[in-house]
Amino acid sequence: MILSVLILLPLVGALVTAFVPGGLARTVGLGFSGATLVAGVVAATQYDAGDGMQLTETHTWIESLGVHYALGVDGLGLLMVLLTVVLVPIVLLAGWRESEAVGNGGARAFFAWTLALEAMSLAVFTATDVLLFYVVFEATLIPAYFLIGGFGRAGRGRAATKFLIYQLAGGLVMLASVIGLYVVSADAGTPSFLLSDLAAIDIDPITQRWLFLGFFIAFAIKAPMFPVHTWLADTTEKATTGTSVLLVCILDKIGTFGMLRFCLGLLPDASQWATPVVVVLALISIIYGALVAIGQDDVLRLIGLTSLSHFGFIVLGIFVFSPTGGTGAILYMVNHGIATALMFLVAGFLINRTGTASIRAMGGVEKTAPVLAGFFLVAGLAACGLPGLSPFVSELMVIVAAFDHHWLVGSVAVLAIVLAAFYALWMYQRTMTGPDRTGVVPVADLDRREVGIIAPLALALVLFGFFPSPLLDVINPVVHDTLVGVGIGQEAKEAGHQ
Amino acid sequence: MTEFVKPSVEYFELWPLLAVFGVACLGVVVEAFAPRAVRYTAQVVLALGGLVAALVGVVLVAQDVKSYDDGAARGILAVGGTIAVDGPSLFIWGLVLALAIAGVLLFAERHLDGGVSAFAGQAAAVPGTDAETASIAANREHTEVYPLMMFAVFGMMLFPAANDLLTMFVGLEVLSLPLYLLSGLARRRRLLSQEAALKYFLLGAFSSGFFLYGAALLYGFAGSMDFAAINEAVRNDVGSSTMLLIGTGLLSVGLLFKVGAVPFQAWTPDVYQGAPTPVTAFMAAGTKVAAFGAIMRLFYVALGADRWSWQPMLWIIAVLSMFVGAALAITQTDIKRLLAYSSVAHTGFILTGVLGLQASNDLAVGEISSLQAVLFYLTTYGFATIGAFAVVSLVRDSGGETTAIDRWAGLGKESPVVAAVFAFFLLAMAGIPLTSGFVGKLAVFSVALAAGAWPVVVAAVLASIIAAYLYVRVIKVMYFDEPVGDGPSVAYPSVLTATTIAVGAAVTLVLGVLPGPVLDLAAVAGEFIR
Repeated sequence: MILSVLILLPLVGALVTAFVPGGLARTVGLGFSGATLVAGVVAATQYDAGDGMQLTETHTWIESLGVHYALGVDGLGLLMVLLTVVLVPIVLLAGWRESEAVGNGGARAFFAWTLALEAMSLAVFTATDVLLFYVVFEATLIPAYFLIGGFGRAGRGRAATKFLIYQLAGGLVMLASVIGLYVVSADAGTPSFLLSDLAAIDIDPITQRWLFLGFFIAFAIKAPMFPVHTWLADTTEKATTGTSVLLVCILDKIGTFGMLRFCLGLLPDASQWATPVVVVLALISIIYGALVAIGQDDVLRLIGLTSLSHFGFIVLGIFVFSPTGGTGAILYMVNHGIATALMFLVAGFLINRTGTASIRAMGGVEKTAPVLAGFFLVAGLAACGLPGLSPFVSELMVIVAAFDHHWLVGSVAVLAIVLAAFYALWMYQRTMTGPDRTGVVPVADLDRREVGIIAPLALALVLFGFFPSPLLDVINPVVHDTLVGVGIGQEAKEAGHQ
Repeated sequence: MTEFVKPSVEYFELWPLLAVFGVACLGVVVEAFAPRAVRYTAQVVLALGGLVAALVGVVLVAQDVKSYDDGAARGILAVGGTIAVDGPSLFIWGLVLALAIAGVLLFAERHLDGGVSAFAGQAAAVPGTDAETASIAANREHTEVYPLMMFAVFGMMLFPAANDLLTMFVGLEVLSLPLYLLSGLARRRRLLSQEAALKYFLLGAFSSGFFLYGAALLYGFAGSMDFAAINEAVRNDVGSSTMLLIGTGLLSVGLLFKVGAVPFQAWTPDVYQGAPTPVTAFMAAGTKVAAFGAIMRLFYVALGADRWSWQPMLWIIAVLSMFVGAALAITQTDIKRLLAYSSVAHTGFILTGVLGLQASNDLAVGEISSLQAVLFYLTTYGFATIGAFAVVSLVRDSGGETTAIDRWAGLGKESPVVAAVFAFFLLAMAGIPLTSGFVGKLAVFSVALAAGAWPVVVAAVLASIIAAYLYVRVIKVMYFDEPVGDGPSVAYPSVLTATTIAVGAAVTLVLGVLPGPVLDLAAVAGEFIR
């Protein structure tokens, strides 16, 4: 029940926000996101860090197609749910004034679409029926489209269309695989889309590969991975930073979430078959994303491209098939969500002040706005994996696992740390230090409202940097289950029993 | 020469057909004898009354039909075996009637053009002459459109229920002729409209010729026009298979022309654009439903045993329709032409369902059947289309109804509700989840994949991506582009058009969220009877 409540709250909130008088819309919207946060925390307290799906509910939805309204969370789903419910109120607060600015679609629309997006994302992370997952997976695109197209900088309509076409293309390719699963289950006796039913079917290896291809293409576009990442930088450049947080920190996680749950969970043989190619693509994403980021002049494009590199790490962690790699990947998903959200939001505050996103046009901000510069530095250091901040832990785990997989893979991945230091620190140096080139009368420092919005994120970075164990307790069972399903963790499990 | 046997007429089962036909004839009488002042009211009431009576009839008959030959099918063969009143017929009848009711509401709309309907004041007056000016000044309008439409509806009901080739041909003609005429009756841009009507008529007549020749060859093959007899002949492989193949091909030309499949799609954009928008709405939705009903009956009942020879043909036609329709739609600058090409693409998607025919013992218990999938798709498509065209009739600029896409820029700000509803219909056509179009696509792709037609499904997915771009582009224009000049305005409709749009949108939403009941209904309809 609690999961249904969790999805319904923001959905109802979106409708209410769309129709209440203008002055109230923001307060009401924030209220609903707050209530969702509470519901998410309640769900977390009911969750017992152990095996399998929990808080499940199953109802028949479309009987003649074997579709169920089935919800449930494992550790991975729970973490993604928590990330979502925490980030959305922060995004709403950050967009409080910005969404009303001239040329934007108005706060009411921003709040309503954001809540709709939250509802759909939560449904994605809790769905345990493949078709339900697909439905909400695609449904997230509509609010995202209007958030990108309605708010942000000139040229955003084009960016929104590019975003939507890419995602729809991925989604439709995945649809073929989803239908393929239906046919497989029908051939096996009973047509069903339930994950638990599908997992019980032994799919022949050739079919698995075709199905894998459909799912993987969709998730690679979503995540994004090289070479289907080109929508990412355009989108983050044009959209408001709040929207980018929703997209990159929450929606893109669906890609890696889906790889874990569907590619590895349902199609284990094909996942192993594809490993070499996926690992290479992940490495290219890691290096290419970082290299291209270095050369960017637009702060928001730069941050978007760093995410390409980070997602490469996550995918690498997933596909090296080891407990360390898997745990690192999931932890990375959480850490990346927090660190990139901080980066985007601080960059947004900065751009609001300077009126430009061009790195060349900025400089010397730290003299007049030390707090802003400080947060920016923390976010940058988190991106390059400084020990003591949470991304360090996950990045280290993935790299260790990569070395276990093959020394060459590990050594390529480790290069990214150097490159990350380069793009993060060089960006900091050019924007924050040196002579003031902004031409704006001294850049004002963050006010209390803004500090209040981003301080929790910075605190979380430090906290999980030193005490990742609560997260690890939730993650480890998932990784164990997944690897056993793939047929790798079996020995580890037996060893544990002896 | 066999002895002539007087057929018995099953009046109860045929009540829906007879009601529509009767109302059509009554409409002609009204047109001849009633004074001009009361004709509009009389015709609208008559048409709506007849359609509702027929719809009630469909429900009553559906509750009454018995299972046929103790099989999965239900229904009876009426009028000496020429009309099959079975589950699929009744489903299609109900759908056609519902769409026709929506169509009458659009026909009767008089708020949009300042007190007159969308039809020409006097069709016989040559455009640009004094006679035309006089008829406009007198606020004349043709009320013959209602009986014409009723005849078309009658044809749409007879066509898919026909159980022999001759009856099917009669249905085809009765459905087509009134539509040719209706297409030429637009009040605005009359020359375009007349050109459309002529094109439609000439090409339509041509394709009817193909159908007739095909029927003759099939008769030569099987020695009978009757579908059951043809089926027997195909099973027993009695005649010349060359004759069978050519006959099948020629019949397909006639039928595929009606649904606008590639390479017989050339008429769709011109006719959709030229015809008065209410006619386009009704025609686009109704014809497709009826013609696909007929296609499935012909292929499944008469030629079901020969499916290895026609399935490959449909593979090619389906793939071509999807790609050509989607690709050409992208190049259009007129919204009605765009929707016309998109309907060509949809024809391809529906054919994907049609070619997913499998023997019933190949289906798992509870697995969706091809007929069920196509019937569901037709329902979703019909309502989304009629709703979308109804919205098109609302959008104006200073020169009246504007269908140029770039003139629609800024509609999202001008009228958020109209833009949102239209965007919703477009998303449904694109097959985005939580709209009916998604479930429809899911259904037809599933049956095609289950029947082993994976290349078609892969092609369909790729074509869907192209099509998605096309719909998203229109949404972008409406919401994110800067308006040209004054920008578009929206004419406020009366309750008639508003009802049609609201019903279309509601059905599209409900079938997207809770498609269960309609899917079950299509399953209950069962198979065709032989």
